[in-house]
Amino acid sequence: MRLAVPVKPRSARSEQIILFRISDQLFAVSSSSVQEVRSTDSLAGGAREIDAPGLRKVHRFMRRGDKTLFIVNGAAHFGLPPSRGTLVFVLCNTRTALVIDSIEKMTTMTRLQALPLSFCHEERQWYRGLTALDQTVVPVVHPEGFLSSEELMLLDAALPPPEDSSEEPDGGTELEQ
Amino acid sequence: MTVSAELELKPFVLLRLGERRFAVAADGIVELVPPSRVFRFPHQTPQIEGLILRRGRIVPVCDVAEALIGKRLASRRFYLIALRRYGARTEWVALPVTGECELINAERMAVSESDEPHVAGWLSHGGDVIEVLNLDALTPGPEELLANSTTAEALENRP
Repeated sequence: MRLAVPVKPRSARSEQIILFRISDQLFAVSSSSVQEVRSTDSLAGGAREIDAPGLRKVHRFMRRGDKTLFIVNGAAHFGLPPSRGTLVFVLCNTRTALVIDSIEKMTTMTRLQALPLSFCHEERQWYRGLTALDQTVVPVVHPEGFLSSEELMLLDAALPPPEDSSEEPDGGTELEQ
Repeated sequence: MTVSAELELKPFVLLRLGERRFAVAADGIVELVPPSRVFRFPHQTPQIEGLILRRGRIVPVCDVAEALIGKRLASRRFYLIALRRYGARTEWVALPVTGECELINAERMAVSESDEPHVAGWLSHGGDVIEVLNLDALTPGPEELLANSTTAEALENRP
Protein backbone atom coordinates (compact mmCIF):
# COMPACT_ATOMS: atom_id res chain seq x y z
CA MET A 1 0.00 0.00 0.00
CA ARG A 2 1.35 3.35 -0.96
CA LEU A 3 0.71 6.34 1.14
CA ALA A 4 -0.45 9.43 -0.60
CA VAL A 5 2.31 11.99 -0.86
CA PRO A 6 1.30 14.96 1.26
CA VAL A 7 0.69 18.00 -0.84
CA LYS A 8 2.98 20.82 0.18
CA PRO A 9 1.03 23.97 0.87
CA ARG A 10 1.94 26.48 -1.79
CA SER A 11 3.86 29.28 -0.18
CA ALA A 12 2.48 32.74 -0.66
CA ARG A 13 4.28 34.76 -3.29
CA SER A 14 6.95 36.66 -1.45
CA GLU A 15 9.43 39.37 -2.28
CA GLN A 16 12.67 40.18 -0.59
CA ILE A 17 12.83 43.78 0.57
CA ILE A 18 15.27 46.09 2.28
CA LEU A 19 13.91 48.17 5.15
CA PHE A 20 15.72 51.47 5.42
CA ARG A 21 15.39 54.77 7.23
CA ILE A 22 15.43 58.38 6.15
CA SER A 23 15.02 60.98 8.93
CA ASP A 24 13.75 58.25 11.23
CA GLN A 25 10.99 57.26 8.80
CA LEU A 26 10.91 53.61 7.77
CA PHE A 27 10.60 52.66 4.09
CA ALA A 28 10.99 49.48 2.08
CA VAL A 29 12.41 48.83 -1.35
CA SER A 30 12.53 45.61 -3.29
CA SER A 31 16.06 44.23 -2.98
CA SER A 32 15.94 43.40 -6.70
CA SER A 33 15.67 47.15 -7.37
CA VAL A 34 18.92 47.96 -5.59
CA GLN A 35 21.94 47.43 -7.74
CA GLU A 36 24.51 48.61 -5.25
CA VAL A 37 24.90 50.03 -1.76
CA ARG A 38 27.66 52.54 -1.13
CA SER A 39 28.71 54.80 1.68
CA THR A 40 28.32 58.51 0.97
CA ASP A 41 32.01 58.92 1.86
CA SER A 42 32.97 56.65 -1.01
CA LEU A 43 31.18 58.99 -3.40
CA ALA A 44 33.06 62.07 -2.29
CA GLY A 45 35.72 61.85 -5.00
CA GLY A 46 33.44 60.85 -7.83
CA ALA A 47 30.47 63.12 -7.34
CA ARG A 48 30.21 66.59 -8.82
CA GLU A 49 27.99 69.51 -7.98
CA ILE A 50 24.90 70.29 -10.01
CA ASP A 51 22.51 73.18 -9.65
CA ALA A 52 19.14 72.60 -11.24
CA PRO A 53 16.85 75.55 -10.47
CA GLY A 54 13.84 74.56 -8.38
CA LEU A 55 15.11 71.06 -7.66
CA ARG A 56 16.38 71.04 -4.11
CA LYS A 57 16.64 67.29 -3.76
CA VAL A 58 19.54 66.86 -6.19
CA HIS A 59 22.83 68.67 -5.60
CA ARG A 60 25.29 66.14 -6.95
CA PHE A 61 25.69 63.65 -9.75
CA MET A 62 28.22 61.06 -10.82
CA ARG A 63 29.16 59.60 -14.16
CA ARG A 64 29.50 55.91 -14.85
CA GLY A 65 30.76 55.33 -18.33
CA ASP A 66 28.20 57.03 -20.52
CA LYS A 67 25.54 56.99 -17.78
CA THR A 68 24.89 59.87 -15.39
CA LEU A 69 23.45 59.09 -11.99
CA PHE A 70 21.75 61.84 -10.01
CA ILE A 71 22.22 61.66 -6.26
CA VAL A 72 18.80 62.25 -4.71
CA ASN A 73 18.55 63.42 -1.11
CA GLY A 74 15.82 61.14 0.26
CA ALA A 75 14.84 63.54 3.06
CA ALA A 76 14.32 66.42 0.62
CA HIS A 77 12.41 64.19 -1.79
CA PHE A 78 9.91 63.09 0.87
CA GLY A 79 9.76 66.48 2.61
CA LEU A 80 11.28 65.06 5.79
CA PRO A 81 13.55 66.94 8.21
CA PRO A 82 17.11 67.15 6.88
CA SER A 83 19.31 64.27 7.88
CA ARG A 84 22.91 63.31 7.31
CA GLY A 85 22.62 60.46 4.86
CA THR A 86 25.34 57.89 5.25
CA LEU A 87 24.46 55.35 2.55
CA VAL A 88 23.49 55.46 -1.09
CA PHE A 89 21.31 53.00 -2.98
CA VAL A 90 22.10 52.86 -6.67
CA LEU A 91 18.71 51.87 -8.07
CA CYS A 92 18.46 49.45 -11.00
CA ASN A 93 17.22 50.69 -14.37
CA THR A 94 17.05 54.27 -13.17
CA ARG A 95 19.38 57.25 -13.07
CA THR A 96 18.84 57.59 -9.31
CA ALA A 97 21.31 57.13 -6.51
CA LEU A 98 19.25 57.57 -3.33
CA VAL A 99 20.82 58.92 -0.16
CA ILE A 100 19.44 57.23 2.96
CA ASP A 101 20.34 57.26 6.64
CA SER A 102 20.59 53.57 7.45
CA ILE A 103 19.53 50.07 6.55
CA GLU A 104 17.29 48.49 9.16
CA LYS A 105 17.25 44.94 7.83
CA MET A 106 16.43 42.70 4.92
CA THR A 107 13.21 40.80 5.15
CA THR A 108 10.41 39.33 3.09
CA MET A 109 6.98 40.71 2.34
CA THR A 110 4.17 38.43 1.30
CA ARG A 111 1.56 41.04 0.53
CA LEU A 112 1.75 44.41 -1.14
CA GLN A 113 -1.42 46.43 -0.77
CA ALA A 114 -2.07 49.10 -3.37
CA LEU A 115 -1.92 52.63 -2.04
CA PRO A 116 -5.51 53.55 -1.06
CA LEU A 117 -7.12 55.75 -3.71
CA SER A 118 -7.64 58.51 -1.15
CA PHE A 119 -3.93 59.23 -1.56
CA CYS A 120 -4.20 61.23 -4.73
CA HIS A 121 -1.11 63.36 -5.16
CA GLU A 122 2.62 62.85 -5.81
CA GLU A 123 2.76 59.91 -3.42
CA ARG A 124 1.12 57.78 -6.10
CA GLN A 125 4.39 58.07 -8.06
CA TRP A 126 6.53 57.62 -4.96
CA TYR A 127 5.15 54.30 -3.74
CA ARG A 128 4.38 50.91 -5.23
CA GLY A 129 2.12 50.29 -2.27
CA LEU A 130 2.09 49.48 1.42
CA THR A 131 2.96 46.40 3.36
CA ALA A 132 2.22 45.39 6.95
CA LEU A 133 5.22 43.96 8.80
CA ASP A 134 5.19 43.10 12.50
CA GLN A 135 2.05 45.21 13.07
CA THR A 136 3.66 48.19 11.35
CA VAL A 137 2.71 49.71 8.02
CA VAL A 138 5.65 50.37 5.73
CA PRO A 139 5.49 52.22 2.41
CA VAL A 140 7.27 50.39 -0.40
CA VAL A 141 9.03 52.89 -2.65
CA HIS A 142 8.91 52.90 -6.41
CA PRO A 143 12.49 53.09 -7.77
CA GLU A 144 11.36 55.16 -10.76
CA GLY A 145 9.41 57.52 -8.51
CA PHE A 146 12.32 59.64 -7.31
CA LEU A 147 12.90 61.57 -10.52
CA SER A 148 10.16 62.33 -12.99
CA SER A 149 10.91 62.68 -16.68
CA GLU A 150 10.48 66.46 -16.31
CA GLU A 151 12.98 66.52 -13.45
CA LEU A 152 15.43 64.42 -15.46
CA MET A 153 15.14 66.88 -18.33
CA LEU A 154 15.87 69.75 -15.93
CA LEU A 155 18.86 67.92 -14.53
CA ASP A 156 20.22 66.96 -17.93
CA ALA A 157 19.99 70.59 -18.97
CA ALA A 158 21.91 71.65 -15.85
CA LEU A 159 24.76 69.15 -16.32
CA PRO A 160 28.22 70.67 -16.67
CA PRO A 161 30.39 69.38 -19.54
CA PRO A 162 32.05 66.00 -18.92
CA GLU A 163 35.52 65.88 -17.39
CA ASP A 164 37.81 62.88 -17.75
CA SER A 165 38.81 63.04 -14.10
CA SER A 166 35.21 62.82 -12.88
CA GLU A 167 34.87 59.07 -13.37
CA GLU A 168 33.81 57.86 -9.96
CA PRO A 169 35.99 55.32 -8.17
CA ASP A 170 34.69 51.88 -7.37
CA GLY A 171 33.86 51.39 -3.71
CA GLY A 172 30.37 50.01 -3.58
CA THR A 173 28.85 46.72 -2.63
CA GLU A 174 27.03 44.92 -5.40
CA LEU A 175 23.89 43.38 -3.99
CA GLU A 176 23.47 39.69 -4.55
CA GLN A 177 20.17 39.30 -6.40
CA MET B 1 -50.62 52.07 5.78
CA THR B 2 -48.49 53.32 8.64
CA VAL B 3 -47.03 56.78 8.81
CA SER B 4 -43.46 55.39 8.77
CA ALA B 5 -44.13 53.50 5.55
CA GLU B 6 -45.43 56.64 3.93
CA LEU B 7 -42.35 58.56 4.99
CA GLU B 8 -39.89 56.00 3.55
CA LEU B 9 -37.74 55.82 6.66
CA LYS B 10 -34.19 54.70 6.05
CA PRO B 11 -31.37 53.87 8.47
CA PHE B 12 -28.67 56.46 9.10
CA VAL B 13 -25.70 56.59 11.44
CA LEU B 14 -25.38 59.85 13.36
CA LEU B 15 -21.83 60.88 14.16
CA ARG B 16 -20.55 63.73 16.28
CA LEU B 17 -17.75 66.13 15.34
CA GLY B 18 -17.18 68.62 18.14
CA GLU B 19 -20.59 70.03 19.02
CA ARG B 20 -22.23 69.18 15.71
CA ARG B 21 -23.92 66.05 14.47
CA PHE B 22 -23.88 64.69 10.95
CA ALA B 23 -25.44 61.64 9.32
CA VAL B 24 -24.22 58.98 6.93
CA ALA B 25 -26.42 56.39 5.23
CA ALA B 26 -26.08 53.21 7.29
CA ASP B 27 -25.35 51.06 4.24
CA GLY B 28 -22.14 53.05 3.79
CA ILE B 29 -20.81 52.19 7.25
CA VAL B 30 -18.60 49.20 8.08
CA GLU B 31 -18.07 49.55 11.84
CA LEU B 32 -17.22 51.85 14.73
CA VAL B 33 -13.84 51.09 16.31
CA PRO B 34 -11.82 52.52 19.20
CA PRO B 35 -8.77 54.62 18.33
CA SER B 36 -5.70 52.59 17.48
CA ARG B 37 -2.17 53.39 16.45
CA VAL B 38 -2.00 55.69 13.44
CA PHE B 39 0.89 54.93 11.12
CA ARG B 40 2.25 57.98 9.37
CA PHE B 41 4.48 58.26 6.34
CA PRO B 42 5.35 61.06 3.91
CA HIS B 43 2.66 61.99 1.40
CA GLN B 44 1.06 65.06 -0.17
CA THR B 45 -2.65 64.55 0.54
CA PRO B 46 -3.34 66.86 3.49
CA GLN B 47 -6.75 65.42 4.39
CA ILE B 48 -5.20 62.03 5.13
CA GLU B 49 -3.43 61.91 8.48
CA GLY B 50 -2.21 58.33 8.37
CA LEU B 51 -3.27 54.71 8.32
CA ILE B 52 -4.69 52.21 10.75
CA LEU B 53 -4.63 48.44 10.57
CA ARG B 54 -8.05 46.86 10.83
CA ARG B 55 -8.99 43.24 10.13
CA GLY B 56 -5.87 42.77 8.03
CA ARG B 57 -6.62 45.86 5.95
CA ILE B 58 -4.65 49.07 5.78
CA VAL B 59 -7.21 51.85 6.19
CA PRO B 60 -6.53 55.56 5.56
CA VAL B 61 -7.60 57.94 8.33
CA CYS B 62 -9.32 61.00 6.94
CA ASP B 63 -10.17 63.85 9.30
CA VAL B 64 -13.25 65.46 7.77
CA ALA B 65 -13.77 67.80 10.74
CA GLU B 66 -11.77 70.63 9.21
CA ALA B 67 -13.98 70.66 6.13
CA LEU B 68 -17.20 70.36 8.15
CA ILE B 69 -16.67 72.36 11.34
CA GLY B 70 -13.64 74.42 10.40
CA LYS B 71 -11.10 72.83 12.75
CA ARG B 72 -9.37 69.54 13.30
CA LEU B 73 -10.55 67.35 16.15
CA ALA B 74 -8.54 67.85 19.32
CA SER B 75 -9.85 64.63 20.81
CA ARG B 76 -11.38 61.58 19.23
CA ARG B 77 -13.19 58.70 20.78
CA PHE B 78 -13.75 56.40 17.84
CA TYR B 79 -13.05 55.82 14.19
CA LEU B 80 -16.11 55.36 12.06
CA ILE B 81 -15.06 53.07 9.22
CA ALA B 82 -17.04 53.90 6.13
CA LEU B 83 -17.15 52.83 2.52
CA ARG B 84 -15.74 55.22 -0.04
CA ARG B 85 -16.67 54.57 -3.66
CA TYR B 86 -14.25 55.25 -6.49
CA GLY B 87 -16.32 54.39 -9.55
CA ALA B 88 -16.88 50.64 -9.41
CA ARG B 89 -14.30 50.17 -6.65
CA THR B 90 -15.01 50.56 -2.94
CA GLU B 91 -12.44 51.12 -0.20
CA TRP B 92 -12.58 51.60 3.55
CA VAL B 93 -11.84 54.99 5.06
CA ALA B 94 -11.63 55.74 8.80
CA LEU B 95 -13.26 58.97 9.99
CA PRO B 96 -12.26 60.18 13.47
CA VAL B 97 -15.37 61.14 15.49
CA THR B 98 -15.74 62.88 18.83
CA GLY B 99 -18.38 60.74 20.46
CA GLU B 100 -20.48 57.64 20.18
CA CYS B 101 -22.56 57.13 17.08
CA GLU B 102 -26.28 56.44 16.92
CA LEU B 103 -28.32 54.42 14.47
CA ILE B 104 -31.63 56.04 13.60
CA ASN B 105 -34.38 55.67 11.04
CA ALA B 106 -35.35 58.88 9.33
CA GLU B 107 -36.60 60.32 6.12
CA ARG B 108 -34.00 61.98 3.95
CA MET B 109 -34.94 65.38 2.55
CA ALA B 110 -33.55 66.23 -0.85
CA VAL B 111 -30.65 68.61 -1.40
CA SER B 112 -31.10 71.98 -2.98
CA GLU B 113 -28.90 73.59 -5.61
CA SER B 114 -27.32 75.83 -3.01
CA ASP B 115 -26.09 72.90 -0.92
CA GLU B 116 -22.42 72.04 -1.01
CA PRO B 117 -21.31 68.90 -2.91
CA HIS B 118 -20.63 66.99 0.30
CA VAL B 119 -24.31 67.30 1.34
CA ALA B 120 -26.32 64.26 0.24
CA GLY B 121 -29.53 65.35 1.97
CA TRP B 122 -30.99 66.51 5.24
CA LEU B 123 -32.62 64.79 8.22
CA SER B 124 -34.84 66.11 10.92
CA HIS B 125 -34.04 64.37 14.20
CA GLY B 126 -34.50 65.32 17.84
CA GLY B 127 -35.27 68.91 16.98
CA ASP B 128 -32.14 69.28 14.87
CA VAL B 129 -31.74 69.48 11.14
CA ILE B 130 -28.79 67.29 10.29
CA GLU B 131 -26.65 67.14 7.14
CA VAL B 132 -26.40 63.74 5.46
CA LEU B 133 -22.84 63.44 4.21
CA ASN B 134 -21.72 62.38 0.78
CA LEU B 135 -18.38 60.84 1.68
CA ASP B 136 -17.39 60.48 -1.95
CA ALA B 137 -17.37 64.28 -2.20
CA LEU B 138 -15.94 64.86 1.27
CA THR B 139 -12.90 62.59 1.21
CA PRO B 140 -10.05 62.87 -1.29
CA GLY B 141 -9.73 60.70 -4.37
CA PRO B 142 -8.45 60.75 -7.93
CA GLU B 143 -11.28 63.05 -8.98
CA GLU B 144 -9.75 65.75 -6.73
CA LEU B 145 -6.50 65.48 -8.64
CA LEU B 146 -8.43 65.70 -11.90
CA ALA B 147 -10.35 68.74 -10.67
CA ASN B 148 -7.12 70.43 -9.55
CA SER B 149 -5.40 69.78 -12.86
CA THR B 150 -8.46 71.03 -14.77
CA THR B 151 -8.47 74.21 -12.67
CA ALA B 152 -4.74 74.68 -13.22
CA GLU B 153 -5.19 74.11 -16.94
CA ALA B 154 -8.05 76.61 -17.04
CA LEU B 155 -5.90 79.18 -15.24
CA GLU B 156 -2.99 78.55 -17.61
CA ASN B 157 -5.27 78.98 -20.63
CA ARG B 158 -6.61 82.30 -19.40
CA PRO B 159 -5.85 85.11 -21.81
